[in-house]
Amino acid sequence: MKAKKVLSLTVASAMAAAMLAGCGGSSSSSEAASSAAESTPASSTAESTPAAAGEVYYLNFKPEFDEALQGLAQTYTEKTGVPVKVVTAASGDYATTLNAQMGKDGAPTIYNIGNMSGLKDWDSYALDLSDTPLAGELTTNDFNLYNEAGELKAMGYCYESFGIIVNTKLLADAGHSLDEITNFDSLKAVADDIHARADELGFDAFTSAGLDGSSSWRFSGHLANMPLFYEFRDDGVNEQPATVTGAYLDNFRNIWDLYITDSAADPASLTTATGDQAEAEFGEGKAVFYQNGTWEYANLVTDETKFKMNADDLAMIPIYCGVEGEEKAGLCSGTENCWAVNSQASEEDIQASLDFLYWMVTDADASAVMVEQLGAVPFKSCPASSNKFIVDGNELLSNGNYAVTWAFNYTPNVDSWRSTMVTALAAYSTDPTDANWEQVVSAYVDGWAIEYQTVKG
Amino acid sequence: MSKKTDRAALNSELIRRPIKRWAPLFILPVFICFCIGFVWPFIQGIYLSFCNFNVPSDATWVGLQNYQKIWSDVGFWNAFKNTAAFAVVSIILINVVAFGIAYALTQKMWGSNLFRTVFFMPNLIGGVVLGYIWSMIFDGILKHYSTYLTANSTYGFWGLVVLVAWQQIGYMMIIYIAGLQSIPEDMLEAARIDGASGRQILFKIVLPNVMPSITTCTFLTLTNSFKLFDQNLALTGGAPSVIMNGAKINQTELLALNIYSTYNINKNYHGVAQAKAVIFFLLVAVLAIAQQAATRSKEVQQ
Repeated sequence: MKAKKVLSLTVASAMAAAMLAGCGGSSSSSEAASSAAESTPASSTAESTPAAAGEVYYLNFKPEFDEALQGLAQTYTEKTGVPVKVVTAASGDYATTLNAQMGKDGAPTIYNIGNMSGLKDWDSYALDLSDTPLAGELTTNDFNLYNEAGELKAMGYCYESFGIIVNTKLLADAGHSLDEITNFDSLKAVADDIHARADELGFDAFTSAGLDGSSSWRFSGHLANMPLFYEFRDDGVNEQPATVTGAYLDNFRNIWDLYITDSAADPASLTTATGDQAEAEFGEGKAVFYQNGTWEYANLVTDETKFKMNADDLAMIPIYCGVEGEEKAGLCSGTENCWAVNSQASEEDIQASLDFLYWMVTDADASAVMVEQLGAVPFKSCPASSNKFIVDGNELLSNGNYAVTWAFNYTPNVDSWRSTMVTALAAYSTDPTDANWEQVVSAYVDGWAIEYQTVKG
Repeated sequence: MSKKTDRAALNSELIRRPIKRWAPLFILPVFICFCIGFVWPFIQGIYLSFCNFNVPSDATWVGLQNYQKIWSDVGFWNAFKNTAAFAVVSIILINVVAFGIAYALTQKMWGSNLFRTVFFMPNLIGGVVLGYIWSMIFDGILKHYSTYLTANSTYGFWGLVVLVAWQQIGYMMIIYIAGLQSIPEDMLEAARIDGASGRQILFKIVLPNVMPSITTCTFLTLTNSFKLFDQNLALTGGAPSVIMNGAKINQTELLALNIYSTYNINKNYHGVAQAKAVIFFLLVAVLAIAQQAATRSKEVQQ
């Protein structure tokens, strides 16, 4: 009898385990749009958009854009009768999903290429977009990816900027103003003062510089862009270099020291401090400075369920790290969002995809949705964004400040390089000695050379 | 109807002939699924390990090149060492503790059913969830000593051992309980009457009789520890990542995770990851067969 009980328990658990294993799917998909296509033939009036015979399969890279994109796809299908299927790969799984999908029949016709190394992988699957009407709509070529033959293979359809987000209201409460901050020394003076009076003020200077996976990319990726950008600028680097010098790592140390000292967080707890934690500290007014990007605007201001901060109390300033002439720096702008069209798809599908993209950036309603969802969209017909951070960034540029590009897009084997940086930064933060800083330097310089060889090999 | 007639009826030609004739039809769906889901991908996987490919359809044959790359891959051999050490530690720990608990819970004691359920429950939680939960627990403890889980490889390694032991002991315990309960009561009684001590009963009667359970459990723990992936990914993700002797090493990375991260380097490494997976398969297969042979030979007929 007992054996039976044990047996049934084992069987039940095996079944439960099998069910749990079955939940491991990695992508969310909605084919509602494509099924709607059959049922609603181009009934709603004659739009100017030409109806192609093909089908569109858009493998989306931005989860936050998914809902709006599904809506756009449905609208387009209703107007033209062209089926548009949108699938969004869960964040972090895009490369895997793209690989799997490309190996099948009915592969994606529109997909994302994030950077130059992505383009190397997918060059033979990417259509040359140079002479398409879509390319004629671009306001800038700065965010496009070109292959070695100079063909436009992936088109930057939105760009983002990052810098230091400032709560100007708290800054004023502490008796300071944005005008004081023009370079690293003035930033440090203000931050040191706020940190020293943190108990009295009720807030600290910087949010926690979390090194948990949900937050570490802000530093191993975005903050490390500062030394990379400046050394590439000095050396005139315009393709992936085999080695880096680390000439500006002292500046990197300056700003990192500032982040971990002038903050309420205990440096030993940083490896488990998450992105949500830093966001909450800033959103709830516990810190004045928060390094992040234009995409954070929605979380801080517009999202009704979150912090609902007042846009007038926010500003984004460049990351200062003590480089000469940085008073004229702008925000760090770039993108990992570039449309590529599958060149191995059928001719009809390619045409349908190009038409769909063209419609998205030229149609008044669709382009408004694009801007609302994506922020800065570099197409002629798209309206300007109301995102305060993007407005700040554009103002800096129109005042003649230099743009800080995303130099980290050259990083070889990027996740691996960054993980070494995170390990070294975590050790340094717990015990900020020169010896431990040497580990960061090694992760940066030696790590780059090793990863470069790995990628080449 | 008596048992005897039952058996006779089953043996009759009238019943056996249609079964024989139609058996292939009933086996067919499962066989097809097995071919699609296992045999074909397996063969294709071996083929791809000799290829350079981005997606499987554009594979080009490169011979043994992928296998040569593995020889010089420091990260792979480090992961291999980690996995071997992890397997030894976890096989011993899990089986000894699971047997101990099973032995205790088959004695007549109050609440033994409750305890069985409690010990079994961790096994129902998925590996990724467990990994995140335990990383918080470990970090919460280590925080008091101003350090953290991924500060060095020792913490990560033993953290993983604790996690996996916690997860699997309950499962192995159930198998041992079943084995212990199948020992004939009269055999134990005879031993007691003959004046055998508790120690003698354990080593001379109980252990030889639960040998089939030991075979099963060591097999499961061995393959589980070699195949371990989700827990490894969620607990440390291979961190700390360091540069040693001019090579990059993820100090707490096990084989499966190493294969996964190799695949994600770029398209030139898809074939290399595939080759690693083939070596990985051979390794697990050889070890599992050797282990089966070794423990099977100690099993006794009841």
